[in-house]
Amino acid sequence: MEFSSLRFADVIVVAPVGRIDHATAEALQLKLEPLLVAAAGMGGALVLDLAKVEYVSSVGLRVVMMAAKHLKARKARIAAVALQPIVREIFEIARFNHVVELFPSLADALQELSAPARAAYDAGNGSVVP
Amino acid sequence: MKRVRFWGTRGSLPVALTASGVRAKVRAALHGASGRTFASDDELERYVDALEFPISGTYGGHTSCVEIETGSGEYVLCDLGSGARPFAQAAVARHGPDAPQTYHVFLSHLHWDHIMGMPFFGPAYLKGNVIRIYGGHAEIEAALRRQQGKPSFPVEMSIMPATLEYVRLEPGPVHEVAGMAVKVLKQRHGGDSYGYRFTAGGRTVVYTTDSEHRLVNPDETARFVDLFRDADLVIFDAMYSLADSISVKADWGHSSNIVGVDLCHLAGVRHLCLFHHEPACDDVAIERLLKETRRYEEISRSGSALHVSAAYDGMEIDW
Repeated sequence: MEFSSLRFADVIVVAPVGRIDHATAEALQLKLEPLLVAAAGMGGALVLDLAKVEYVSSVGLRVVMMAAKHLKARKARIAAVALQPIVREIFEIARFNHVVELFPSLADALQELSAPARAAYDAGNGSVVP
Repeated sequence: MKRVRFWGTRGSLPVALTASGVRAKVRAALHGASGRTFASDDELERYVDALEFPISGTYGGHTSCVEIETGSGEYVLCDLGSGARPFAQAAVARHGPDAPQTYHVFLSHLHWDHIMGMPFFGPAYLKGNVIRIYGGHAEIEAALRRQQGKPSFPVEMSIMPATLEYVRLEPGPVHEVAGMAVKVLKQRHGGDSYGYRFTAGGRTVVYTTDSEHRLVNPDETARFVDLFRDADLVIFDAMYSLADSISVKADWGHSSNIVGVDLCHLAGVRHLCLFHHEPACDDVAIERLLKETRRYEEISRSGSALHVSAAYDGMEIDW
């Protein structure tokens, strides 16, 4: 699946595109794994920017749960931002609004998660994560 | 197959509506009727019919027991939870003590909430009745006898005058029982459980409870999609939210409404019935679960619409 990632200080922002379902969830998980290790290693956070995600199925939500478990076990945080209305409904029906912190925008999330990350974002200092 | 009738729909433990719960329903009904008059009983009935189900009814509290009317003249039940007692009372009242019947009982597994109705199963106390109990476990008879042995119950199973038979069903082959083709699938649950696919007269019902879906193994998902394929009705364990079922309640052996919808969509099912309700949920909570599940079905649908219902004690689904 189409996917991009940026680092702002101690926060990694991941932006998948399209549907996260049985056809794409495994690919997303594989791409997420090194980023989870990196975010946890910094003691920071991982943010899922879902602005371009149209739909998440149960299999896709499982990937989000695995990410949340990995990060929380290492005292790191996870958030999701810019959910489209339907994706937000799915998160709420599945009670995933209790699993990840939800924010209207990336700026709001960075403000809450990390002052250095918010400063880097405001300065346009995001670096591409290989 | 003509009808499915639910005698027990609750998971884990029987629950009862409390006095405060009844009071809340009466208050809500009276509040809705404030300032109204009813010129006839029919008008009153129409008012009651229009109330939301958590006000006018209840999902009930008996544990798992589902009857499938096959039209064969023999009874078919899934599980012997506490709902087996009202079933047994109705069956004995219908036939009286002198008209022997045959009862085919399919057990999902041997946990207490799925067998606790056996000591109160009236037909077992009538000579001439045949009660044939099917399941995937080797220990069915031992589990039932232990439940009813001293000091747990005053009447040992050996005193029951009906003919009791035990049939172990292997997953894989199609079994013929009471005019139905029966497929069995082992499920993920503590001590294992078994799901059943019943087909007769061109109709298919799947009974799959106490089954956890981890969503990590495509082969496992494919086995369930195959079990559910084009079914008219899937009775599905939707005890927990998806978040709980794969986090704090992982390995507890249960599933969610979301997974039920996804599997039924993949399999082209017509009707998903949410079952094995969490005993901590009141009628309002189960009604909310139903509405949310219908919304999720609508959001996630890519083909034909899947009808979604939530089972309640006394519910019937006809064809």
